[in-house]
Amino acid sequence: MKRAWVANVALICMLPVVAIWASMADEPFIITLATKVAILALAGVGLNMALGQGGLVSLGHAAFFGIGGYAMGILASHAQSYTPLLEWPMLIEGSNSMPVIWLLALVSSGLAALVIGALSLRTNGVYFIMITLAFGQMFYYFSISWPAYGGEDGLAIYMRNGFPGLNTLVPLHFFGLAFAVLLVALALATLIGRSPFGLALNAARQSSERVETAGIRPYRLQLTVFVLSGMVTGLAGALFADLNRFVSPSMFSWQTSGEIMVFVILGGVARLCGPLAGAALFILLEQLLGGISDYWHIFLGALLLLIILFARGGVMGLIAGPGERAHV
Amino acid sequence: MSLLTLAHGSAFYGATQALFDVSLDIEQGEVLALMGRNGMGKSTTVKSICRMLPLASGELRFNGRDIRTLASHKVARLGVGLVPEGRRCFRTLSVRENLQATARPGDWSQNSVTDLFPRLGERLGQSAASLSGGEQQMLAIARALMTNPQLLILDEATEGLAPLVRQEIWAVVARLKQRTGLAIIVVDKSLKELSNIADRAVVLERGTSVWAGAMNDLDEQIVGRYLGV
Repeated sequence: MKRAWVANVALICMLPVVAIWASMADEPFIITLATKVAILALAGVGLNMALGQGGLVSLGHAAFFGIGGYAMGILASHAQSYTPLLEWPMLIEGSNSMPVIWLLALVSSGLAALVIGALSLRTNGVYFIMITLAFGQMFYYFSISWPAYGGEDGLAIYMRNGFPGLNTLVPLHFFGLAFAVLLVALALATLIGRSPFGLALNAARQSSERVETAGIRPYRLQLTVFVLSGMVTGLAGALFADLNRFVSPSMFSWQTSGEIMVFVILGGVARLCGPLAGAALFILLEQLLGGISDYWHIFLGALLLLIILFARGGVMGLIAGPGERAHV
Repeated sequence: MSLLTLAHGSAFYGATQALFDVSLDIEQGEVLALMGRNGMGKSTTVKSICRMLPLASGELRFNGRDIRTLASHKVARLGVGLVPEGRRCFRTLSVRENLQATARPGDWSQNSVTDLFPRLGERLGQSAASLSGGEQQMLAIARALMTNPQLLILDEATEGLAPLVRQEIWAVVARLKQRTGLAIIVVDKSLKELSNIADRAVVLERGTSVWAGAMNDLDEQIVGRYLGV
């Protein structure tokens, strides 16, 4: 347990250390990479709540990531074009304020997760995987055929949205913001894991029947964690869109769902910092191997295969040992 | 009024009928032995009582309330606690977490169950997977008690355990009977121990209750014919 704690703290501290070093060395690109790691790790933390704690293998989390992204894109595009989002029955303006955008991202992705979860959690196993995948693809094709917000071309946002007290155009400020949100999500995941709700969820993952005979309905636990998971992934989507100042249907694609799952598996399913380790490794490989070959995903695939075969706890399992359990 | 009544229950696994006509009832504070050879429908009866398997026909009442159509978790909330067959603990959770995961408010708390099972008290931080078979069984019983049931069902609670551990489990059942008003249904094959603890017995044969009565009235003829001892 102590080893796991030290590994988690070291990994969490490493990211701001890299960003601060890059700022002092005047390497804004590396700060952007660190920000990308923090945001993708946040998406992974969201998925890990459902996958690691609830045992829910969702291949549709790109839906929430995309909803968060489009929440940002839609509000910001209306703000930059000075056109209202809605005129009737009430006037709703666009917004350049990150807290407002985050609120919309959380609410909209949470509502989508509630509907998707309520329907898909009536199944399990491969059917659950396929239904979540189908929902993700539904959102993908809907976004392609929605010309009001760019259709297949997506939406470009010219200015980064603002946050009170910070200049979000300064890379280190934006990194700090994304990192702070990641810390809050990690704290939430830890709290959930240690709460009676999290314990019952973990128990339901092992045997829903036994939990049911103890008076707890697993469906409610799983739906609750699925909604929380969707909200965290949605918030990551809003931040990712702000980082790139661009949203496109690819945020909804099944490849995005797969990538988020790869972060979690690479880093370690049900490990608190697994998604962070996975996202960092992914970005590192993308930068190192991407420069050598366009087909760097082949190496990623080989690495994933090795981890699945020989290190079931992922990178964090190798570092922290097999003893660390989810979010402790 | 009986705490639990199952009258003329029948149940199926798919197209295969497993229970044909099972009747039993239990009063508050009573220990009922549910007996029979392997495959005679004891665990199926337990599953039907806990609503893990639907009853095709018959009556099922708990505290006078018809529970035939209730979901399994609702039956548990009414006060039916189950210790399932095979020492089913949540293996990745610690002993403390196993106790907390499904706990409900009531007289039973972590302190009172560790008083009953001091060995669990010594291993609260230990993973359930690392416990011995006997300790896992104690944990399964403690976990069921933490749901604060009115009726506790022990399904083959001593099966596969070392003789000393079995004695410990039987001693705990005896203590529960003496100190609490808990009604207990014990599914087991240990005739000698059941004779010391149970007030009444129901014997099953091929999915049908063929004998019911006071434990003392269970004669050699019944034992020889239905229990194969």
